[in-house]
Amino acid sequence: MNHLEFTLLVAVGSFVAGLLGSLTGLGGGVVLVPLLTLFFKVDIRYAIGASLVSVIATSSGAAAAYVKEGFSNIRIGMFLEIATTCGALAGAFLASFISTRALAIIFGVMLLYSAYLSRKPRLRAQRNLPEDSLATRLRMNGDFPSEEGGMRHYNVQSVPTGFSLMFGAGALSGLLGIGSGAVKVLAMDQAMKIPFKVSTTTSNFMIGVTAAASAGVYLNRGYIDPGLAMPVMLGVLAGSMLGARILMKAETKILRVVFSVVIAVLGVQMLYKGLTGGI
Amino acid sequence: MAETADQHGWTDQKLENIVGNLLRTGVSLAALVVFVGGIIYLTRHGREPVNYHVFQGEPTDLKTVPGIIRSALGLHGRGIIQFGLLLLIATPVFRVALSIWGFAAEKDRMYMLFTSIVLIVLLYSLLGSGSAF
Repeated sequence: MNHLEFTLLVAVGSFVAGLLGSLTGLGGGVVLVPLLTLFFKVDIRYAIGASLVSVIATSSGAAAAYVKEGFSNIRIGMFLEIATTCGALAGAFLASFISTRALAIIFGVMLLYSAYLSRKPRLRAQRNLPEDSLATRLRMNGDFPSEEGGMRHYNVQSVPTGFSLMFGAGALSGLLGIGSGAVKVLAMDQAMKIPFKVSTTTSNFMIGVTAAASAGVYLNRGYIDPGLAMPVMLGVLAGSMLGARILMKAETKILRVVFSVVIAVLGVQMLYKGLTGGI
Repeated sequence: MAETADQHGWTDQKLENIVGNLLRTGVSLAALVVFVGGIIYLTRHGREPVNYHVFQGEPTDLKTVPGIIRSALGLHGRGIIQFGLLLLIATPVFRVALSIWGFAAEKDRMYMLFTSIVLIVLLYSLLGSGSAF
């Protein structure tokens, strides 16, 4: 295969990954690395570098649309970014000491967990929780426009638990080159009890900053190859932009089921390759 | 609790609009530069065979900020792509820097400090992490 053919095929694959990722809300990053390593036989370190770059592109592109809606909470985001960026730096340093086989195994486990999480119904957020003294001191409580009209107030809970989980989310992002939206949702929805709309938009807003923290290390390490990152970034960006456009009118329930099955199958394959050394 | 909204609301909203535009511009500009670099790269090397299976790591020119700028100014396709990727990585860094200014306008010292920590981590990663390990 020559560079031209490779570039076009990778661009098409990344476009589909970006489109499905944004339509289902599961993110395109999770399928990109398996796609590149399993089908295009790319070394997993190059694949992770290219994936990180595309994560920054989609997150910044989507955040540009989100910030105007007034759901995201800039204080929660900035405070938790201390944890995610430090975690991302740690994860990125760790990535160079871990064997590619171990990376594939961790990736496989993460894919299976994401597939499981996407099938689980979301718990309805509890309302009218009492004020938490630490969250209040950190000025994290806020208001957002609710579905019933008017503003709804929320009080953030368990800041230390959320902060620790966010360090983990950052480390996973730096290690595997993904947005790790699944862990961020766990930290913000379940531990900190932040309303769904606020946590989704705030987490999206944080993903780009987190990925930038590890992308710097990857760049300095020589893990970001321009020839590979170019079609990946442009493909994912175009796919996710189209996805965001048709999301308004599309019925995504079946698509979500199909995509979570794809993620699970890729997870098993990554695990298998990691365990047998075919990577 | 309407006081909180009044206290931060207006400036936050204004800042968020600026942030939104900055992100959009950064991503579009990066994508454009990457695309142009890609065209140059493929017209020159499109017919050569691909090998990403064997990991070699990138040459110094493509992994440090000064090296990338030099390579891009030399109009090398790969250098221009890498410069576009650098712009993309820099976009969230600018966003964080802008937030410091936003918190300063609100006289929020605590969040100026938090945001500065995030900025230092980002700058270290981009400029200082090459020499570590």
